[in-house]
Amino acid sequence: MTTTASTTETEPIGLSTDHTQAVQDGAHSHGVGGTPQGSRAERITSFDPTVITVPTGREEEWRFSPVPRLAPLFAAELGSAGVRTTVVDAPEVTVEIVGRDDERLGRAGVPGDRTAVTAWNAFAEATVVTIPAEAVASEVTSVRIEGLSDEPTATHLLIQAERHSESVVVIDHVGSATLTETVEIVVEDGAHLTVVSVQDWSEGAVHASSHRARIGRDAKLKHVVVTFGGDVVRVTPDAEFTGTGGEVEMVGLYFADADQHQEHRLFVDHAVPSCKSRVTYKGALQGEGAHTVWVGDVLIRTEAEGTDTYELNRNLVLSDGARADSVPNLEIETGLIEGAGHASATGRFDDEQLFYLQARGIPEADARRLVVRGFFAELIQEIGVPSVEERLLTSIEAELAKSMSVIEGR
Amino acid sequence: MSTLEIRDLHVSVETKEGPKPILRGVDLTINSGETHAIMGPNGSGKSTLAYSIAGHPKYTITSGTVTLDGKDVLAMTVDERARAGMFLAMQYPVEVPGVSVSNFLRTAKTAIDGEAPALRTWVKDVKGAMENLRMDSSFAERSVNEGFSGGEKKRHEILQMELLKPSIAILDETDSGLDVDALRIVSEGVNRAKANTDVGVLLITHYTRILRYIKPDFVHVFVDGRIAEEGGPELADRLENEGYDRFLTGAATA
Repeated sequence: MTTTASTTETEPIGLSTDHTQAVQDGAHSHGVGGTPQGSRAERITSFDPTVITVPTGREEEWRFSPVPRLAPLFAAELGSAGVRTTVVDAPEVTVEIVGRDDERLGRAGVPGDRTAVTAWNAFAEATVVTIPAEAVASEVTSVRIEGLSDEPTATHLLIQAERHSESVVVIDHVGSATLTETVEIVVEDGAHLTVVSVQDWSEGAVHASSHRARIGRDAKLKHVVVTFGGDVVRVTPDAEFTGTGGEVEMVGLYFADADQHQEHRLFVDHAVPSCKSRVTYKGALQGEGAHTVWVGDVLIRTEAEGTDTYELNRNLVLSDGARADSVPNLEIETGLIEGAGHASATGRFDDEQLFYLQARGIPEADARRLVVRGFFAELIQEIGVPSVEERLLTSIEAELAKSMSVIEGR
Repeated sequence: MSTLEIRDLHVSVETKEGPKPILRGVDLTINSGETHAIMGPNGSGKSTLAYSIAGHPKYTITSGTVTLDGKDVLAMTVDERARAGMFLAMQYPVEVPGVSVSNFLRTAKTAIDGEAPALRTWVKDVKGAMENLRMDSSFAERSVNEGFSGGEKKRHEILQMELLKPSIAILDETDSGLDVDALRIVSEGVNRAKANTDVGVLLITHYTRILRYIKPDFVHVFVDGRIAEEGGPELADRLENEGYDRFLTGAATA
């Protein structure tokens, strides 16, 4: 078997890679210290906390993370009082609180790192949101997870979109918490589901979240991650196709300020033929110690003929002292695919754009705002949930107001 | 009535080897309604003059003055210069992804005028100006300069000039890279702006071709960072026949 691994790390600024059409060529590897730990297929996954042990920080999946700050979530015993979950559901949708023994739980993927395995083993009760077969939800279903204290806490949410249903579920994280979370997403045959997870935490929040999605035959998942708040946020969305003709669109938007760590690690597992994946993540950074990490793993297994995949990450660094890591990995085990590619670019704020806009009379602060809004605009339009789009624009304005005060104060 | 006065302007650019002087004492006065052509060989500093006046951070003014109606242009920020009435049509307009042309034009107009334009007349003005420049209405929804052809970028620059109504406009090689049709359309736009607003124009070009469409009142030959010769439109004809060789030899022996 020939495996092609392509790794690029852009660290921290001004580097980019563009393999718009990567191929199975057996010799395609580059980057700075960039060889991943073997194939993504060999990564250990388990529900057993004695199998996935406490990391040291040197492991591939933890090497960018502030491990000491996440350490409270590595404990085998975690509480459940740190957050309160409330759901406002669409009339067609059902919501249940169930015990650990509910047989529907634990069927989308398997934990792949320590916080995911502790989340699975420590949660007391799970919230199950079900969109019944062939139901078309007339409204957005909102899941609000509100931080109440810094007690290390585990939660579990299952979103089950039964066959041929259509719905939108928005998960909102607010307040402050120390939380490890599992979001199981099951998209049954022919269902269309949009899941939006917004990390709008207050200062002090530490959040690890394992999103595990299983996408059935001809099913479609749009998965959106938006991260603005919190001290440390580490989201690891996994998507696995279980039937042909499935499609996943993964969109992410993040904005890191001084001393915030925002990490998004994605894995798309093409295990069956004729599925399509699109990953687009964009982030902006400003302030000393702002750190973002994006890792996008795509595996096209031998059986996954006719796969069509593309992933993109772009970062816009607005000030000195911020760092963006970007690592796209593409493994291709079959040559019989529709297309596979990735691109990554991290750049500073473009002074030529600023000059052009200012030369038309637009003051610097407004010009910066235009450029950053423009950077995110296309991505925001892709979300397709108007209430989320509006909120995002407001959040971006608020972030920009912070950077303007930095500029004007210097 | 506006007057742009450039006096003994010296400009250098930062290089690895230290500051490198580009402009070596430029004197030029442009009044409303006048059209000045600056012609010169590549590397003579024509574009540096344009970008220095507009305030590009890459260039350092080492001495001299630039005033607009007596006000010190060099003390102004880039956007203040534009709001004071200066306009630079760029040789290489910059792409601004995600910002639509219509949003950009409205934002610029609001900044220049100090208040938002009345919606109904503004929409009509933009539509009319675009039609005059043979720009499809779909242009308004595209991102600024993104994916524009060379000709589309230049038309978009002149569109801005017509809508923003500056008192002094500098056109930096607006003709370069245009085919004859596009050159004619762009020139018509400049002539419309001249007729409608009495704008003073500084036309920077390498070729005489555009001067068949936009008639200059004054022609300045730019060599080695300063004006080497000045005259009327007849000087352009002479350059057309003789090229820049005469000046280049002169510069080499100077």
